[in-house]
Amino acid sequence: MTTTSHPHRAPGRRRLSAAAALGAVGALLMTGCGDADAGATPTLTWYINPDAGGQAELAQQCSEESDGRYNIETSLLPRDAASQREQLARRLAAGDTSMDIMSLDPPFIPELSEPGFLSPVPGDVEEATTQDVLAGPLEGAMWKDELVSVPFWANTQLLWYRESVAEAAGLNMDEPVTWKQIMDAAREQDKYLGVQGTSAESMTVWVNGLIKSAGGEIIENPEAPADEIVIGMDSDAARKAADIVGTIGRDGLGGPGLPTADEGASMNQFQSDDGSFMVNWPFIYAATAAAVEEGTVEQSMFEDIGWALWPRVDEDQPSAPPLGGINLGVGATSEHQELAWEAVECIVQPENQAYYFVSNGNPAASEAAYEDPEVREAFPMYETIRESLDQAAPRPQTPYYNEVSTAIQQEWTPPASVTENTPRETSAFIEAVLKGDQLL
Amino acid sequence: MSTVVNPNAPGTGPREAAPAPVTGRRSAKPLMSDRARSERKLGWMLAGPAFIVMLLVTMYPILQALWDSLFSFRLTDPGNKEFVFLGNYATVLSDQVFWRDLGVTVLITVVTVVVELVLGFALALVMNNAIRNTRGLLRTAILVPYGIITVVSAFAWFYAFDITTGYINNWFDWVPGIGPDFNWFSNTWSALFVIMASEIWKTTPFISLLLLSGLAQVPSEYTEAARVDGASWWQRMSRVILPNMKAAIMVAVVFRALDAFRIFDNIFIMTQGQYGTETLSLLAYRTSIGRLEIGLGSAISVILFVCVLLIAFLAIKVFKVDLAGAGKGR
Repeated sequence: MTTTSHPHRAPGRRRLSAAAALGAVGALLMTGCGDADAGATPTLTWYINPDAGGQAELAQQCSEESDGRYNIETSLLPRDAASQREQLARRLAAGDTSMDIMSLDPPFIPELSEPGFLSPVPGDVEEATTQDVLAGPLEGAMWKDELVSVPFWANTQLLWYRESVAEAAGLNMDEPVTWKQIMDAAREQDKYLGVQGTSAESMTVWVNGLIKSAGGEIIENPEAPADEIVIGMDSDAARKAADIVGTIGRDGLGGPGLPTADEGASMNQFQSDDGSFMVNWPFIYAATAAAVEEGTVEQSMFEDIGWALWPRVDEDQPSAPPLGGINLGVGATSEHQELAWEAVECIVQPENQAYYFVSNGNPAASEAAYEDPEVREAFPMYETIRESLDQAAPRPQTPYYNEVSTAIQQEWTPPASVTENTPRETSAFIEAVLKGDQLL
Repeated sequence: MSTVVNPNAPGTGPREAAPAPVTGRRSAKPLMSDRARSERKLGWMLAGPAFIVMLLVTMYPILQALWDSLFSFRLTDPGNKEFVFLGNYATVLSDQVFWRDLGVTVLITVVTVVVELVLGFALALVMNNAIRNTRGLLRTAILVPYGIITVVSAFAWFYAFDITTGYINNWFDWVPGIGPDFNWFSNTWSALFVIMASEIWKTTPFISLLLLSGLAQVPSEYTEAARVDGASWWQRMSRVILPNMKAAIMVAVVFRALDAFRIFDNIFIMTQGQYGTETLSLLAYRTSIGRLEIGLGSAISVILFVCVLLIAFLAIKVFKVDLAGAGKGR
């Protein structure tokens, strides 16, 4: 009987199905490419950082205004700045041709610009987009004295405070205050300061702000190659910074959550009864207003919020508040660079920046946007923000920013472990890492 | 009575049977029957495509990593790629960060595997002895953690222990040292405790499932015979059941150890490796993906790979784990 299954007969049929399976896999792989130049209107891809939907709206608006010359599609990057950089750097290094427009965090711009991953800003675009940009953001858009990206919005930290606490401490908040004053106030009233002590980018933001405010520099020659970079942290300015961070950590002034506190955690603590003073980005104002509406925060707490310029380290030297924000860059491998720059010019118009400020809570880089009545209504602290942006100092601009920042994060956390030796050790550590002698 | 053949009688069976395998082995190799040959051919045809795909997707990246690890190469500085031979390995192996991370990795591996083995065995016993109509429900309940995506479970554990959003500090404030101000993720040991606890919670079901299959393979005649002979519960466990499922236990240990050694998700979500909780895979990730130091990162990946190979080799050669015969028992 031939009905019993026989090993010799099977292969033919099996070969067939194996071939079919391979074919299916092949077809799946093939669909990855293709349809690149379908349709007449070129599609520009804009890699955006997560926001409240404002960038997608601007993309649509500019697409419509272009009269069919281009169509902007947004592609979402990861939430934190470090992961955004990772994805952008990998794509750019691999020559991804879809890198038309990118939302870039300023500290990472030198690293992407140095190997030629960014397309140079055309003269007319530079002319049109940088006329009324504030000093801080403009500085962050340059690398080696050339404009390599266009400021879209700019961020800066303010000193937020509870008016009741400042009043009880007898502080005149119309005058600049120092770190020592707010630390004393928190200690006396048994309240917590809002600072970011977690091992993340926010730590570098804090340390850089303190050192710059004290008149120092993290890197003395940021444009030098890796093995020649000199770290300037073995200085009095850095030791003053270490004293502030260490004291807040050791004396428990930042609360028990300090070693893991990021910007969100600081805000939650500030909203609680333990809140006193906090250095943080302006997003917290809109977020607290939203929390009041949701009923998780009392209206009286919201009314108790005051703001001022970032605290000083030295009484008689203006502070250098942290600078953040997003710049727009165009990839050197993009197939539509001219159109991309045209789109960038559309996106960063002052009206759009004002709209983005009001709708998404991210401050404008353009001075003109601060004249907008809607901005003034939604952000009563607009004057302080503008002043802070003019005074703000960028983080070290070097292609090795990631190493410098990660090393600072490791050496300066937990805050309680920071001593007067920390700056010197950090200097030695960063230099060893950059020379390739040590792992991070 | 000579009519009864006694297989155990000295001088009969063993001595006669002894030469047989030798001759058999000698002749089997060159002379393979048609049937055996076609079966072998069929086997290759069935497994071949998968084997080739496996080789392509595993060997290619491994070889690429080996090659890359010999260069000083930074993704954002392609102009300065330089051949340094074993220089990257020297940097890695002479750095205390590497040894600290290796220590943390080994600690996590050992602690989680031991605890999971004990818990998993207990759960396997419960599942094995459960009354028939509760068995399905029980097995499902035990397997639920294993079905949850690691990142999701990591977030759940993180938010439970986090000082601002967590409830653990509230629930356990009667335990000395735990209170509303206790920050689990601010020091090495408490952070590692949470990481290991979530790892154990998540993967104990896997071990218990493997052990359950081993337990089911122990013939009930053995335990019944032991019981008739008056063996206590403990004696039955240690003399009869455990020795008979040694293979299943070793397979479970090897698989989990290899898995635990590469732990990544839980730590990445909960601490990002801060405060001394970094493991080797996190260091490899941070070096090659974070710092974009392809050469140095590849060297760490290769070392991690060698460690995993070493564990597998030790298990198979030294402890003689028979992966193919896992279910058969010994």
